[in-house]
Amino acid sequence: MKIVLKNVTYEYGNNGGDSGNRKKALDNVNITVNEGDFIGLIGRTGSGKSTLIQHLNGLLKATSGRIEVDGKNIYDEDYKLVELRKKVGLVFQYPEYQLFEETVLKDVEFGPKNLGIEGDELEKTAKEALEATGLDEKFYSASPFELSGGQKRRVAIAGILAMRPKVMILDEPTAGLDPGGRNEILGLIKKLHDEQKITIILVSHSMEDVAEYVSRLIVMEDGRVKYDSTPREVFKNIKELEKSGLAAPEVSYIMSELKQAGLEVKAEAITIEEAKNEILSALRKK
Amino acid sequence: MESKKKELMANTTNMIEARNMSFDYFKRDENGEITGKERALDGIDLEVKHGQFIAILGSNGSGKSTLAKNINAILNPSEGTLYVDGIDVSNDELIWDVRKSAGMVFQNPDNQIIASVVEEDVAFGPENMGISPKDIIKRVEECLKAVGMFKFRKASPNHLSGGQKQRIAIAGIMAMKPKCIVLDEPTAMLDPSGRRDVIKTITKLNKEEGITILLITHYMDEVVNADKVFVMADHKIKMQGTPREIFENAKELEELKLDVPYVTRLAVALRDEGIELPADILTREELVAEIMKVKAKQQ
Repeated sequence: MKIVLKNVTYEYGNNGGDSGNRKKALDNVNITVNEGDFIGLIGRTGSGKSTLIQHLNGLLKATSGRIEVDGKNIYDEDYKLVELRKKVGLVFQYPEYQLFEETVLKDVEFGPKNLGIEGDELEKTAKEALEATGLDEKFYSASPFELSGGQKRRVAIAGILAMRPKVMILDEPTAGLDPGGRNEILGLIKKLHDEQKITIILVSHSMEDVAEYVSRLIVMEDGRVKYDSTPREVFKNIKELEKSGLAAPEVSYIMSELKQAGLEVKAEAITIEEAKNEILSALRKK
Repeated sequence: MESKKKELMANTTNMIEARNMSFDYFKRDENGEITGKERALDGIDLEVKHGQFIAILGSNGSGKSTLAKNINAILNPSEGTLYVDGIDVSNDELIWDVRKSAGMVFQNPDNQIIASVVEEDVAFGPENMGISPKDIIKRVEECLKAVGMFKFRKASPNHLSGGQKQRIAIAGIMAMKPKCIVLDEPTAMLDPSGRRDVIKTITKLNKEEGITILLITHYMDEVVNADKVFVMADHKIKMQGTPREIFENAKELEELKLDVPYVTRLAVALRDEGIELPADILTREELVAEIMKVKAKQQ
């Protein structure tokens, strides 16, 4: 599934009134999301990330511009937005607050049930989704409220997964989790991408996480796309990123300081593994 | 009242002191009847001195937030005792003295701001304490300057970023002149610049105003400059020491679902490859210096 945003602008505030008071949350955004992409989406609070992702499954409608999904304009009158929302699953921030059923299994069944799936098929769908998240089967009949933070979040992800989306958008899925829980959730997302071939868009405030996991990084600033490239290319712009309220991964700073100190390393390593190899080869060079 | 207060004050000079303190949450059925209880804190012994910068680490559910709520007298210990600035928190008569001594900042900036103008929000606490308007104006100005938000005093909090809102929340607590501020994951929802600003602000309050800081966090990099770190696990305090002493135990921390700072992780990875680096590297400067030493030895 391919999603193409063409000149998408979204204005808000003071509807119909003095146009001078209207603000652009998105300003002429052009992005193509290709099948199989693993995209990181970063930007300071208020840069337009959340507004952008809500356009991708039709929750918000662009003020101008168009969005094409597999070549079809989603704003056409006969386009079924319900179909789009099935295919593009959105996991909101702190999704565990939206768990409400008596048991984990029932909670995960809620989405597919609304899509008209019933009986054995419903249970099978929900169980498959839970299995994919790696949550122990003994929890299926537990109340979602008895689970740990990381486990609750798996249930919330399973709830979206049970609708068999082609694209999954996760808005800061690791916020508030301990480091162990963060690794579990990021590992799960990677698995969904690699094994289930789900296109992933990961909204994150952790430069280290996006450096480690994504293959393409989009940086938003003031409603515009500032960078759209590989993490390695994007993180070369340390100064610019800092001005945008962001940063480079800690490793990038270490490498550039080592280089300044006179060690022969390429400054472009962005993960611990890359930095380690780069430093080892510099130290072993005679 | 003052003499009564003195009578109730414990013989301790610590900012916070817990002695074999435990806390149980009660489970209740639909009718409010108690059906069981669950231990959230188990035999906590802890001492925090005035002016210290303390970090508390621990996995989700380890008891960190319950401890914070006890320190702020939102919850009361089930067993043992907890003193905040010498006051026994279980004493209902002195609950406001406890809250005046130890202010609290929470994770979500949006839940902590009440007023529609920044300076009114900061004034809310001191107003409730019955401070005179003249003094309130002075305090609000001082506090907003201390967190670097004075120029936003007339702004609506709605138009601020998450990091700015957190700094307003901190100013609001400061305006009540607490001796200690407990921050429960104040940076969890912030972008990198917001995180940086909040950490800078609380470090400054600690260094310049001498306010005792208790920072609960999941970000290991925020802990590096703390005076002391407590690591909680299974409702107990499992480790305590300087950041250097704590982060030497990378394997053990990982088992507790925690981690070490990125710099330390890279140093550990290099050590595992046979590079001779000290085990307790915490900062970029140290790592760079040590690697350059290794390089110099080779030549």
